[in-house]
Amino acid sequence: MRAADAIVKALEYEGVEHIFGIPGGAIIEVYDALYDSSIEHILTRHEQAAVHAADGYARAKGKTGVAFATSGPGATNTVTGIATAYMDSSPLVVMTGQVPKTMIGNDAFQEADTTGITMPITKHNYLVTDERELLKVVREAFYIASTGRPGPVLIDLPKDVTTADIEFDYPVEINLPGYKPKIKGHPKQIKNAAEEIVKSERPIILAGGGVILSNACEELRKLAETIPAFVVTTLMGKGAIPETHPLSLGFIGMHGSKYANYAVMDADLILAVGCRFSDRTTGNVSEFAPEAKIIHIDVDPAEIGKNVRVDIPIVGDAKLVLSELIKYIKYKQRKEWENKVNNWREKYPLKYTQNERTIKPQYVIEKIYELKPDAIVTTEVGQNQMWAAQYFKVSRARQFISSGGLGTMGFGFPAAMGAQVAFPESTVVDIAGDGSFMMNIQELATCVDYKIPVKVCILNNMFLGMVRQWQELFYDERYSETCLRCKEMSFEKIAEGFGAVGMTVEKPSDVEDALKEAFEIDAPIVIDFRVERLENVYPMVPAGASLRDIIDEEY
Amino acid sequence: MKRIIAVLVENKPGVLARVSSLFRRRNFNIDSLAVGTTDREDISRMTIVVRGDDKTVEQVIKQLNKLIEVIKVSDLSENSVNRILALIKVSANTSNRGEIIEIANIFRARIVDVARDSLIIEITGDEDKINAFTNLMRQYGIKEFVRTGVISMARGSKVVEAKV
Ligand SMILES: Cc1ncc(C[n+]2csc(CCOP(=O)(O)OP(=O)(O)O)c2C)c(N)n1
Repeated sequence: MRAADAIVKALEYEGVEHIFGIPGGAIIEVYDALYDSSIEHILTRHEQAAVHAADGYARAKGKTGVAFATSGPGATNTVTGIATAYMDSSPLVVMTGQVPKTMIGNDAFQEADTTGITMPITKHNYLVTDERELLKVVREAFYIASTGRPGPVLIDLPKDVTTADIEFDYPVEINLPGYKPKIKGHPKQIKNAAEEIVKSERPIILAGGGVILSNACEELRKLAETIPAFVVTTLMGKGAIPETHPLSLGFIGMHGSKYANYAVMDADLILAVGCRFSDRTTGNVSEFAPEAKIIHIDVDPAEIGKNVRVDIPIVGDAKLVLSELIKYIKYKQRKEWENKVNNWREKYPLKYTQNERTIKPQYVIEKIYELKPDAIVTTEVGQNQMWAAQYFKVSRARQFISSGGLGTMGFGFPAAMGAQVAFPESTVVDIAGDGSFMMNIQELATCVDYKIPVKVCILNNMFLGMVRQWQELFYDERYSETCLRCKEMSFEKIAEGFGAVGMTVEKPSDVEDALKEAFEIDAPIVIDFRVERLENVYPMVPAGASLRDIIDEEY
Repeated sequence: MKRIIAVLVENKPGVLARVSSLFRRRNFNIDSLAVGTTDREDISRMTIVVRGDDKTVEQVIKQLNKLIEVIKVSDLSENSVNRILALIKVSANTSNRGEIIEIANIFRARIVDVARDSLIIEITGDEDKINAFTNLMRQYGIKEFVRTGVISMARGSKVVEAKV
């Protein structure tokens, strides 16, 4: 069988239903094989978007996403997408074309050292130099991408490998002597952790994206209710517990609520699950939760003790460890702590004031939430992302999709596209900034082409808003290169030019009707909300400061 | 602080690049690195000397373990036999050749090449021994110097092996 056909057949074996990509000379054989396959390929308009779409698909569906690109520029265009997935532990298999084996190293046309370039941003990668290894590599790639701590795996396919003739004997067994993810937690450590939890007076659970990746949300909620403990999340952990749950305090960190940050800083015990204590989450790490004993559960041993001191490390899969842990927990009332946190919650709510003249960006998000609380929400990066995280109360895992680790502008729209492909019946909203949306705006063509009815809600402040906010607060309002003012430009017309629906909304009183209308239309839509240009995201922990030093807007 | 780490890896193309890329990316300092296949052709052994505090070295070991092709990582900093091999080309003439050879003998180094105005001396030993000898040779004039990285093996019954 032609190796290209074997690849496609292998993908079918792996249960792949959708692939995002763009063909080219070096990968043309694989595309030829795809022509006869039941797998649906979505032709994006940029390889970066193909990878983000596969990533959005994976995050929404909990299934490995697949992207294709050709050699050279096709492959280098995937880099931002791969790095984004890597930072957020999203399972992907990316296949790239490569020049024929015989030409590798000769600077052949469209040659790039793809495995060299992607080595530090993949969980693993392969350059297939022997066609007899091909199927083994595909099998391993899917296994590695989705197990342990998930991540992107890249397979580089020299053209002559794809044209070779091979036997189709798809391997069942996997033999990776150096890859044995440890998933069962140490029983003694689990017992120790339980003891500390029961003893504690001010416990907090900090849930990260790992809780969602390991499908441990049910276990987490039960544990929280049994202890009982308030739950805060990282940005990536949004959805680990319904944010409407009385024990949920939302997310912590740079733009988390005051009450969530205070609660963490005052805790005497933090049970951290599937998170990596990034600087955006902890603030100044040496001042983080000074009185707390820290229990850290993670499937990746390298995350434990990397950023914060840990008292009880537990290496293992969150779902398994939590279901063990809960067995040893006894309910204990902690009235004083409960009252303290609830008082903070009342005293320091998230707030903004909507006037009659200009639309407040937060208002748009509140309205989206009111009208479509079940929508899958993706975000771009910047203020839009933080307001989305603050005002959209996520009720389930995989509902909130955002580039947390890399902070990639241009992620949200193609990721929304991927999520919509995964869930054609759901409402998928990309909460966007005008700057970010521009970075992958070409995907409107894909959405129109494939009838992917993503709703893009641009919080258009005509600024690179988050950078402008920093300039306002920390650089004496010296707005160096952050103004995107272009009065002549109309996102509405751009959308229409692509064949999508465009809307412009300027008055607060029109926001709700516009959204209602948009949610009724079964087509890709761009709504350009002209929002208050100088609105800032509050509260805020200045970079490098302790979470205690969280500042609010002065009224 | 210097630490010696033994790493068993699958003997595949690109493994060395993966390991060195990891050190660069994570900002770890490699002092020396020695690689060769083991008694098994499909497994290579790297000996890496790293500099850093306990926390750094712990991260080095954990990050190395995450590489798919890394089978085993062991810390051999303590209670191990460590060897470097060095070749030193020293200036020598009729009047001092004897003296140099005498010093070499004391260090159990070997003369492996003799020319009219130079000698090549082969010496094996741990870092301290190599340094001590090298310093003694400076007075005669070192024309050329080459050394391997450290290779290391635990004393006693402890064995670094791949159980596959
Ligand atoms: C690809 C990329 N380039 C630059 C940045 C740095 N950056 C972070 S937020 C931001 C501004 C984003 O502007 P916009 O999309 O309009 O969103 P807003 O903050 O105004 O909501 C920039 C430039 C980034 N995160 N990603």
